[in-house]
Amino acid sequence: MSDLKDNKVDYMIEVNNLIKSYGNQEVIKDVSFHVAKGEVLSIIGPSGSGKSTILRAINQLESIEGGEVIICGDTLYKEGLVLTQDQKRKIQLHNGLVFQDFNLFPHMSIKRNIAEALIYVLNKSKIEANEIALQLLDKMGLKDRADSYPSQLSGGQKQRVSIARALALKPNVLWFDEPTSALDPELTNEILKVIKNLAKEKMTMVVVTHEMSFARDISDRVIFMDEGFIAESGTPEEVFGNPKNPRTQQFLQSFNQ
Amino acid sequence: MNQLLLQMLKGTLVSFQVFGLTLLFSLPLGMLVVKGKMSKIWIVKTLVNIYIMIMRGTPLILQLIFVYFAPYYIFGTSYDRMTAVIVAYVINYAAYFAEIYRGGIQSIPSGQYEAAKVLGFTKSHTATHIIFPQVFREIIPAMGNEVITLIKDTALAQTIGVAELFRVAQTASAREFSTMPLFVAGIFYFVMNAFVAKAFDQMEAKLNYYEKK
Ligand SMILES: Nc1ncnc2c1ncn2[C@@H]1O[C@H](COP(=O)(O)OP(=O)(O)O)[C@@H](O)[C@H]1O
Ligand SMILES: [Mg+2]
Repeated sequence: MSDLKDNKVDYMIEVNNLIKSYGNQEVIKDVSFHVAKGEVLSIIGPSGSGKSTILRAINQLESIEGGEVIICGDTLYKEGLVLTQDQKRKIQLHNGLVFQDFNLFPHMSIKRNIAEALIYVLNKSKIEANEIALQLLDKMGLKDRADSYPSQLSGGQKQRVSIARALALKPNVLWFDEPTSALDPELTNEILKVIKNLAKEKMTMVVVTHEMSFARDISDRVIFMDEGFIAESGTPEEVFGNPKNPRTQQFLQSFNQ
Repeated sequence: MNQLLLQMLKGTLVSFQVFGLTLLFSLPLGMLVVKGKMSKIWIVKTLVNIYIMIMRGTPLILQLIFVYFAPYYIFGTSYDRMTAVIVAYVINYAAYFAEIYRGGIQSIPSGQYEAAKVLGFTKSHTATHIIFPQVFREIIPAMGNEVITLIKDTALAQTIGVAELFRVAQTASAREFSTMPLFVAGIFYFVMNAFVAKAFDQMEAKLNYYEKK
């Protein structure tokens, strides 16, 4: 499959002219963006502008109707390309996705939530999988909760577990879909801190968020989505400091009030 | 009296046989039915829906008589009574179990499938390790009700002359001009159901180690 050390592969993610429709309604219209290794990209924009759909399409939770998607050198979608289920699963392992509402497995301990894929997807031994799970829980400050069940945790703790679960598979790119939107405001910061630390470790990330100061703070680049288009993109300074598109200006205004 | 109890125990064994064989075949058949019911193929779905509607919409006793006597009219011969009972009960209970399974499956949020997919689990691992355990827990109470109903429904087998507990009691009752045998049979059913109810309660308690969400 891919060889990331190969100089030909500059980008972890290449999305060219992506089109996604539901029925005959196009909700993603000709979206292109690239993500380089170690880069943090934020996607902002009003509700319904297509942010989640982009993440979901690239993470194979939605079909794609047009364009080209290349993940770590492996083509996931282009016209005429047919992949087997197995090939698709392999490509998905480049990605980790953190959901807004966690989607932890309620019948498994949080340690097991993390270990399960290590055992059954990466074929690690149970002992090794549990070790990795405990290390990650330790990193998330949840080692003493390893045997708890998701229902026994706060929202912030659940989200930390779900981040640990995604990290366990050592994805090349980590995607977040509004990771703090389901949380009480006082729990938001603990998650933002975790993401900031990952950025410091040079984790490649794409973050859909409504936390504007956070996006400004951690991003290398920002995309502003509007009605299925990228209305504006650039460095945080450009997009937040000097937005050119009136829609961006209007959107950011609504946060300043 | 001893003679009577012995007969009734024999009848109970026949009831157990009906009960056990019905569960043995209808539990897995229900899974097949639910697969059909949730199928994307229109014709499969419609046929399964009609089948479920008939099973739920007509009395079991009628279905039993139909299953036993229809072959006489069509082929001039039929299978033995016990086989007819099992066939009728299995196709009836599979329909009810399928509906219970469906409720359980539909109660699992789509996010569970999505998380499993994103983590790279195969479809079969997702089904067996992520979805099924949650469905199982979800359906235990409804399954308990249905299984208790089945124990009581075994009494209908006497309609086509199978000598299960109720028939034995009824015959003895008529012979001895006494309602005593029927009363004893009632106690037998009650005790059997007490065990079933207890077993399901324990299963439920055991599966309550986690809470949903
Ligand atoms: N399953 C679906 N079926 C039809 N339309 C959908 C579906 N999911 C999302 N949409 C539509 O796609 C558009 C983009 O939605 P979404 O990506 O969720 O926006 P955002 O995440 O930016 O709030 C919206 O107009 C939404 O109504
Ligand atoms: Mg969204």
